[in-house]
Amino acid sequence: MRYIPSSPAEQAALLREVGVASVDDLFATVPREVFRKDPPPLAPPMSEIELRRELGAMAAKNAAATCFASFLGAGLYAHHSPAFVSQLLLRGEFLTSYTPYQPEVSQGTLTAIWEFQSHVALLTGMDVANASVYEGASALVEAVLMAERLTKKRTRIVVSKTIHPEYLTTLRTYLANLGLEIVEVPAGEDGVTNPAALAAAVDDETIAVAVQSPNVFGLVEDWSVAAEAAHAKGALAIGVVNEMFSLALLKPPGAAGIDIACGEAASFGLPASFGGPLVGFLACRDGFKRQIPGRLAGRLETPEGPVFALTLSTREQHIRREKATSNICTNQGLFALAATMTLTALGKHGLRETALLCLSKSEYLKAGIGKLGNGKFAVAFPGATFNEFALRCGPPVDEVLSALEKAQILGGVPFARLAPGSGEHEDLLLVATTERIRREDLDRFLDVLKGF
Amino acid sequence: MSDHGNLTNPAPDAARLDRRRGASSIFDASRPGRRGVLLPPLDVPGADPEALFGALHRTEVEGEVEASEVDAVRHFTRLSQKNLSIDANLYPLGSCTMKHNPRINEEIARLAGFADVHPYTPGHLSQGALELMARLEAALIALTGFARVTLQPSAGANGELAGCLMIRAAHVKAGAPRKYVLVPDSAHGTNPASAHFAGYQVKELASTPRGTLDPAELEKMMTDEVAAVMITVPNTLGVFEENILEVTRIVHAKGGYVYLDGANFNAFVGKIRPADMGVDVMHMNLHKTFSTPHGGGGPGAGPVGVGAALVPFLPVPTIEPEGTGFRLDFDRPDSIGRMRTFYGNFGVLVRALTYILSYGQEIGEVAENAVLNANYLRKKLAPFYHLKYDAPSYHEVVFDDTLQAAKGVHNIDVAKRLMDYGFHPPTMSFPLIVHGALMIEPTESEPIEELDAFADAMIAIAREAEESPELVTSAPHVTPVGRVDEALLAREASKPGNFAPVLRAPVRRS
Repeated sequence: MRYIPSSPAEQAALLREVGVASVDDLFATVPREVFRKDPPPLAPPMSEIELRRELGAMAAKNAAATCFASFLGAGLYAHHSPAFVSQLLLRGEFLTSYTPYQPEVSQGTLTAIWEFQSHVALLTGMDVANASVYEGASALVEAVLMAERLTKKRTRIVVSKTIHPEYLTTLRTYLANLGLEIVEVPAGEDGVTNPAALAAAVDDETIAVAVQSPNVFGLVEDWSVAAEAAHAKGALAIGVVNEMFSLALLKPPGAAGIDIACGEAASFGLPASFGGPLVGFLACRDGFKRQIPGRLAGRLETPEGPVFALTLSTREQHIRREKATSNICTNQGLFALAATMTLTALGKHGLRETALLCLSKSEYLKAGIGKLGNGKFAVAFPGATFNEFALRCGPPVDEVLSALEKAQILGGVPFARLAPGSGEHEDLLLVATTERIRREDLDRFLDVLKGF
Repeated sequence: MSDHGNLTNPAPDAARLDRRRGASSIFDASRPGRRGVLLPPLDVPGADPEALFGALHRTEVEGEVEASEVDAVRHFTRLSQKNLSIDANLYPLGSCTMKHNPRINEEIARLAGFADVHPYTPGHLSQGALELMARLEAALIALTGFARVTLQPSAGANGELAGCLMIRAAHVKAGAPRKYVLVPDSAHGTNPASAHFAGYQVKELASTPRGTLDPAELEKMMTDEVAAVMITVPNTLGVFEENILEVTRIVHAKGGYVYLDGANFNAFVGKIRPADMGVDVMHMNLHKTFSTPHGGGGPGAGPVGVGAALVPFLPVPTIEPEGTGFRLDFDRPDSIGRMRTFYGNFGVLVRALTYILSYGQEIGEVAENAVLNANYLRKKLAPFYHLKYDAPSYHEVVFDDTLQAAKGVHNIDVAKRLMDYGFHPPTMSFPLIVHGALMIEPTESEPIEELDAFADAMIAIAREAEESPELVTSAPHVTPVGRVDEALLAREASKPGNFAPVLRAPVRRS
């Protein structure tokens, strides 16, 4: 009854109009042996009062980042979201509309998608971006599959092991049955992809070379290393970004020869929401646009002004079925809109200022760790970082985190959590800073480390 | 009826211009020096990116917007006004299940204890999140009869792929992956695409004249080279597969798995447990049956239920009880791996559980009223629109434009004209076995007067198609923009350089 508007009398009237005696008569073609007469084994319906109590109690068992100074990142960075964003997202015209297949009654959503694509293109330095994919890891998968179609008949994917381990696990899952080999190139001692090792792994069978920057240790990678290694053998270069604010201060993949950029754009104000929904992106050079998967909004100039519509849809599953560029249908529309709203408010200046705040706080923390003097902690790698770095811990990482937690700090992500069971880098803690972190949080963090 | 009006005359230009007010995109409205966010002052020494990054330093994101908060709020509010939505009107998009999105779900998902929790929060500080996922899994098991449910897939199609990958892993473990997946000709486009990306060749199953699966045909095609059959119940015609028990028996007899596309679960939730019909795997679109908002294209969530035989192959991590709480389990050697980062579209899961709890054991009323409403519309519209398959309808009914085509009016014209009456069009792109399809799904959310208003609009358009077909073929007339020349856009967009750099397709209109 809860959300069904018809009263019992109205339902009875509808049944009479339809010409059946009872609602179960409408299910007459269901085999009787599977048709249930009893209600399902669930609790009685709950009112809003009960729902607030029941689910509020569950929410209260979680540590919201608002109650802690949070240094958690490792692929998901909870930046500030302007207050108007969550409020405008609740407008029913955005929240409760469908995919804009009918442009005449969907110009709002279509314009916003086009703006999202434009922001992604500008940030990544690419020509074309799509309307979003699920999240960063599946974005990498789509980039690789797209490269496979563009290079035809090649069979190997070369990936740097400095890509987020969950991205690589996802890639292995999707590629398991497609006859493609994944070659992982380990990081050098300095935590960065080794140019010679990467180039040596690429051959004439290579479809693409994928590198992430900043990488899983927070280190800045030079995109041109991947581009040169790939292009020397006629392969494509894929650039992965999961902290989009880095692109406010770092040369974008498109300016360094990368052919397909992909990753996660949740940094633009999406709630962490225990890891989803997020918003993956995919962008490429103009020449590759017929192979980009997912929806694309285009803009048509008319005498009455610009009009927006989904376009080049012959790439998609609802037209091409098993020959489509991807099976993706539903994407992350509302959260692409959220990112677009946040980017609009931040604008050119806010983007750079936010990025500088993140960078400066991270550098302050790194410098403080260098001066601890107790010989128990060190910044693990010497290279440049943006807003995250790997902290090498003498004491067990769990003990470090517990001590920080007592000081109301979520101190970071143990590397071991990214690749459970791998036994790699068990002494590393990934520590991320955003503009939400204050100097006093940083000083408290350092004080706790000093206490070891 | 007044909301939908008598719209035989196009609105004056001024009215349309007013609805178009505001800049066409925020990039067009950008003004140098404007800003929309105030950031806290830098409270640590400022880092020098030039010194840190050298040649990799970027000084500016050229072309990015400069706008105030007022500009942003007004722009996006005006954009919203150019959309149709369920909040305002019946939205009869078949197969997409555009039902009411309760706002308590939004409120709960926005609680800081759900929204502001990082996925790598230590286990002892995220027990509530794990509990929520465990309770949703339990509720979905209660409704489906499966052994386990993974909540990880990001959307329906992602769930299909996860299901196909588990089927493949199970066959591999048993000896060989097998070669084919059978998909009916009435299936959603995602089915063959998902099977393809799991490494299978797709073979099409022809429907009977009733629009249902043909057991004899299936018996012929079902060999020990077939890994699975992907079916949809009720199928995309809104027709229940009467021979479902025979179908699952045939597939199992040859060692295959039955995959059920759960896009239409809303037609039987609480009334039938799919596992009881012999289904081995099924994804559930939480944004359809369980009312999480479509959001103009997403996000969704596509949990997948599996029978006991496929449990070892579920994606990692699963959620397991531990002591009085829960933990994530990554130690599953036969797992297919991961469909994505983290654990799924958690915010969508919160909304879905809230919805399920709000109906509880009465959730079968959702299916009953969805089916009742669709049958009511069928009854009212059948005299005016052709029905190719006249088997009993469940949650949706698929008419076509045969009667109108005689006057040169096609399904797309009916669709565009409906917009003038304030309704979103029905689905037209499938099922492929109905030419000129008009797939109508009202859902349980519609009161009788809204159903009547929609039926009246459809009937009025049928009359217009007879009497003044050009009014219909030139529609829409009062939408924010007139009929968009999508073919022209596609031609222009595919030309080299025409999307760069901010995706601007060129000036011209035929």
